[in-house]
Amino acid sequence: MIEVQDLHKAFGAVKAVDGVSFTARDGEITGLLGPNGAGKTTTLRMLYTLMQPDRGRVLVDGIDAAADPLSVRQRLGVLPDARGLYKRLSARENIDYFGRLQGLDEATIATRCEALCKALDMGEIMERRSEGFSQGQRVKTAIARALVHDPKNCILDEPTNGLDVMATRAMREFLRHLKSEGRCVLFSSHIMQEVGALCDRIVVIAHGKVVADAAPDELREQAATDNLEDAFVKVIGSAEGLAA
Amino acid sequence: MNAAWIVFLKEVRENLRDRRTVLNTLLTGPLMAPIIFVLLINGMIARELEKAEKPLPVPVIGAEHAPNLVDMLKQNGIVIEAPIAEPERAVREQDADLVLRIPESYAKSWSKGEPAQVELIYDASQRDAQGSIARLQGILDAYAQRSGTLRVLARGLSPSILKPLVVATRDQSTAQSRGSMMFSMLPYFFILGAFIGGMALAIDTTAGERERQSLEPLFANPVKRSKILIGKLGATSVFALTSLLLSIVAFSLAGQFMPTEKLGMSLSIGVHFVSLTLLTMLPLVAMIAALQTLAAAFAKSFREAQTYLSLLMFVPAVPTMLMSIFPFKTETWMYAVPLVGQQITITRLIRGEAVASTEILICLACTSLAALLAYAITSRIYQGERLAISG
Repeated sequence: MIEVQDLHKAFGAVKAVDGVSFTARDGEITGLLGPNGAGKTTTLRMLYTLMQPDRGRVLVDGIDAAADPLSVRQRLGVLPDARGLYKRLSARENIDYFGRLQGLDEATIATRCEALCKALDMGEIMERRSEGFSQGQRVKTAIARALVHDPKNCILDEPTNGLDVMATRAMREFLRHLKSEGRCVLFSSHIMQEVGALCDRIVVIAHGKVVADAAPDELREQAATDNLEDAFVKVIGSAEGLAA
Repeated sequence: MNAAWIVFLKEVRENLRDRRTVLNTLLTGPLMAPIIFVLLINGMIARELEKAEKPLPVPVIGAEHAPNLVDMLKQNGIVIEAPIAEPERAVREQDADLVLRIPESYAKSWSKGEPAQVELIYDASQRDAQGSIARLQGILDAYAQRSGTLRVLARGLSPSILKPLVVATRDQSTAQSRGSMMFSMLPYFFILGAFIGGMALAIDTTAGERERQSLEPLFANPVKRSKILIGKLGATSVFALTSLLLSIVAFSLAGQFMPTEKLGMSLSIGVHFVSLTLLTMLPLVAMIAALQTLAAAFAKSFREAQTYLSLLMFVPAVPTMLMSIFPFKTETWMYAVPLVGQQITITRLIRGEAVASTEILICLACTSLAALLAYAITSRIYQGERLAISG
């Protein structure tokens, strides 16, 4: 479970995140929806302790991220916005490196590699050097590497960014698979349809603030419309920076 | 397994797969010193030998006015060439190294016993011609002195009255110390070898990793950044050290084939030299790796990092240049200054001079301290929030 309480982060005069609070529960997919530049990536970066909030608190499974960042990172699987691979290493070597840094032993890494290889359907790329991977293959490898330690909580920053239709469908299937395993899945997106189709709970962010935090049905009710996309536009106040 | 060790192994493995990095570490860096010295020394020897023994062609204008002088020149290996029209211009434009002009008045002055003038036309800024000029001047001086002695004798005087003062020179330089003038460049090449060896890794592991967007996921692992930094610095140092070791070994091997004794020098490059050089360079390699990583961490991109590191490469040249321009006396405190300490130690070692163990200890301790300081600063930069974020 990830609890976010009143996060603030400013870069100079720009308030990137201005009082964000929400909770992402285990066994649910929580979507962070917002136009480009709304503060999604900065919020997530504070969750996985890459950045320190100016104010507010992050709790992962009850552990304060500011007090014990290493334990928090151990409980998180993170697919950041930046997802570069080591081109001169094979997919397996990329995954293996992160597994070791997570403190796993060789046998565990091998078992996890097999499981992830099956779940993400990356059989033929496992032993290939990642130089020349397609966008979809790169994202798969980056996700496998992020989840090698079997984390309870998964944070994915725009996981379908740059993927083609087939790869996007597979990615959504994989997120549901993570949820069915009882994990807490938190992902960000600026694609309304994706969030609507996947999420148990939707947190809508605009200008660094949470403008809505509800289940899809509640959101439709709140906005008094049957169409979820209309509801998004209504709570944000504009469709700018969003995609259908 | 320790996280720093995991990072170290991965960086070494990944960079060993990069052909350009391996080539730089194993070839470019190490071979620079020996190749430059073999070329330099062979060039010097060839020139010295050529100057000393070869017949020297000199255009002589007005040779007919001084047949005795011309005969004497011929005996001393000067080849008398046909006079040329504009000797001043020919020398300026380097068509001739030097021209001898004997004026018409020579014969008259000579027979009267007055000073007879000959003109030597040359260009002192032409370094290549200096040996020839000195040689011809020497022959002319010897001729003048002999003729002078004969005239004095003919008047029944002792030739010694022409020599009120005799200067006896006693050169205290040894073969080693003569060689060392030239070999004061050597430490710089070793330092440069370490620089080139570590450069690719320092850039790749920091600026490169950020530009390829893999630093942010790396920092999402439950590992302290200082451990990641230590692993990366370790890999950079190992590559630099490999480059340095090969550089020293290659130089020692090449030294056996350098005909330095022909120049009256002798080098003492053996196990003693190799091991002590390596020892004094060890903390310097760590310091360089930390500074290179620091510069690369400051850079916004791979390109910028390359620029910074190329500029950083000139820093070790400063003590080398200062020491060859102002050859000051070695004092103990100098061993405490990183780069300078190594410079002095290695120069003294190659001269075959003893370096006290306290001096080596001072050099090691102070450079290690500087390396730690460089690490501390780099570590601070590594803690920064912006470090991982590209673009």
